[in-house]
Amino acid sequence: MSANIISSVIQAFVERFGAQHSQFRGEDTLTLSADHIVAACLALRDEFGFELLSGQTAVDYWPELTPRFHIVYQIYSIQHNQRVCLRVPLNGNAPTMPSLTGVYPNANWQEREIWDMFGVRFEGHPDLRRILMPQDWEGHPLRKDYPLGYEEVQFSFNYDEIDRRKPYAKE
Amino acid sequence: MGIEQKLGNMGVVTMRLEDAVNWGRTNSMWPMLFGLACCAIEMMSAQASNYDMSRFGMELMRASPRQSDLMIVAGRVTRKMAPVLRRLYDQMPDPKWVISMGDCASCGGVFNNYAIVPGVDEVVPVDVYVAGCPPRPEALIHGIMTLHEKVRGEKIKDWS
Amino acid sequence: MVEQTEVTLDELRHLVSERALTGETVLLNMGPQHPSTHGVLRLLLELDGETVVNCIPDIGFLHTGIEKNMEAKTYEKAAVMTDRLDYLNTSGNNLVYCLAIEKLVELDVPPRAQAVRVILAELQRIASHLVWLGTHALDLAAMSVFLYCFREREMIMDILEMCGGQRMMSTYFRPGGLWRDVPAEFEDAVRQFLRVFPRRVDEYEALLTHNPLFLERTRHIGVLSKEDALRWGVTGPALRASGVPHDLRKAMPYSGYEQYDFEVPTHTEGDTYVRYLLRVEEMRQSVRIVQQALDKLPYGPVRSNNRKFVPPPRSELGHSMEAVIHHFKLWTEGFSAPAGGVYVAVESPRGELGVYLEGNGSPKPHRVYWRTPSFANLQVLPLIAKGHLVADLVALIGTIDIVLGDTDR
Repeated sequence: MSANIISSVIQAFVERFGAQHSQFRGEDTLTLSADHIVAACLALRDEFGFELLSGQTAVDYWPELTPRFHIVYQIYSIQHNQRVCLRVPLNGNAPTMPSLTGVYPNANWQEREIWDMFGVRFEGHPDLRRILMPQDWEGHPLRKDYPLGYEEVQFSFNYDEIDRRKPYAKE
Repeated sequence: MGIEQKLGNMGVVTMRLEDAVNWGRTNSMWPMLFGLACCAIEMMSAQASNYDMSRFGMELMRASPRQSDLMIVAGRVTRKMAPVLRRLYDQMPDPKWVISMGDCASCGGVFNNYAIVPGVDEVVPVDVYVAGCPPRPEALIHGIMTLHEKVRGEKIKDWS
Repeated sequence: MVEQTEVTLDELRHLVSERALTGETVLLNMGPQHPSTHGVLRLLLELDGETVVNCIPDIGFLHTGIEKNMEAKTYEKAAVMTDRLDYLNTSGNNLVYCLAIEKLVELDVPPRAQAVRVILAELQRIASHLVWLGTHALDLAAMSVFLYCFREREMIMDILEMCGGQRMMSTYFRPGGLWRDVPAEFEDAVRQFLRVFPRRVDEYEALLTHNPLFLERTRHIGVLSKEDALRWGVTGPALRASGVPHDLRKAMPYSGYEQYDFEVPTHTEGDTYVRYLLRVEEMRQSVRIVQQALDKLPYGPVRSNNRKFVPPPRSELGHSMEAVIHHFKLWTEGFSAPAGGVYVAVESPRGELGVYLEGNGSPKPHRVYWRTPSFANLQVLPLIAKGHLVADLVALIGTIDIVLGDTDR
């Protein structure tokens, strides 16, 4: 039962949404376009019994621009004890894609986090504000072209020089 | 207390004002109940049964900055938290002290990136730094003892 | 100095009710420095008198940039970051990260290492639940439970320190096994703990389970239905208290959990009280697992012999040129992982702790994503807080068992 639920999901998705199936280390990944993601997740939840959106994240492939981002969904079915991964490639530096909050309500914070960290906009999201960084922060930190913000480490040879520049707080 | 038998019934003890005030300050230094990250758990351990910080007059963690003398910055300070931290510090009444507990608060620790303030001394003036990631409760207590030492040595002319 | 951001009501207009705009209800800020928010959680509350109308969590005050920092380190060096995510479950974080690497590069783990991992992960689960129990009871004004819980937690901390050399951030689990074998005193220390602990759990229960004050403040407070729990992606004890017997240790066993006999406690009421009962029962079950794992702890190596990923022992360096080369390569460059992503999840004390690890053929991970249970579970707070009093909110924050380092990463 459980083993063929995943094969019927793959078959249905390839037929209905033109998804591409790939397997890596025993994990099934279905790559589909952003237009189909809401319908695909509705089908997963209602037809196939995948009730839990475990995780949702983005991967940045900068300097590649087509596609630059992949949105990765980890969806889990408690009744079948199966996990499936969906990937949605997105082109360009400031892409938008439909929000999944109507299907899985907990996508709300996950999508806010992706907006905050990667700058991917979600259409139809009820409250797309920054979630982790301050509201007036500039840039999206987890993008590959965003610097780590590394500070020079103080050693004995450069201690004085860095110490001079360091902004110590006053009373 | 036994002291009256030694002195006779005079009811007067002479000592320097500095010493009296510093003694009072040292032994009733109330920390603020304020934890940021991992070090806060070790700070809790330091107050709990095995380490028992109340031996040093610090059993009373005050939730309000208005009632506390000591701020233990326990954990990493982020750019988002830094203004809040400074506001809390500004609300504390004088005299006030700051212990920077752990590597993250002291210098950024293992995190050297966009989100973390590399050293809380850029936000508030720090009296004692405690090393460790996180410091053991004994290390925190040692840091507090060091601060007590410092407070005991304060001079009237420095009080403002 | 960073400027304080002014948040105007306009930004929050869509989140609060109409009555807030006319001034009929009050907006109140709770946190980030508040004794019962368990860290630096900020809640914006809309109150009608004492009743919570809306609750808007504001997180990120502890956002550490761990994911970005891990991408800048090699696979093995990034392991030190994992401890600092969920600082009450440090071994569990190490475990899931090591499992992900082992899956990505197809590395084997010797049976002894797997058993020790299970023992330490379960001890860590007990320690985490102890901190939860202590602080939860403290929030509900039961001071002595806190002192009791930290007494036993120190025993676990001593065991962890004995193994990894550090009380909390031990980074004891490494890709391919453990950093080193457990010391000789390990078994006695764990057995001593197992002897003492079940009676101590009875002590906590004697203090709380039938305590009318505790019952009054927890029963029928924050009821979470099964459907809501699933819709909002809640996992862990909160899901099991709502009637879904889902535990990844049973569902997708890892690290040899399938060999151990234990039960997954489940309740159906879904309120704060049964979540308490469930966590206490989980501690007892963890004791059972540790007992079994310790009884059949196999002998043998504790780290894989695959020299492409695991450095050779120091003793080999003196006489083997090959060992020197491996050692040099691994500590200067690190090992490379193939392109491709894996997702591994374990059952942390708070729920499903997952890591999505993507390699790109270089010695540094391309993307590390942490699916943290606190982040997912905290989202449900506005739902269960609605209609309760502000005083109950303290119990609700406690019962979700959030760790802010885990939420904000």
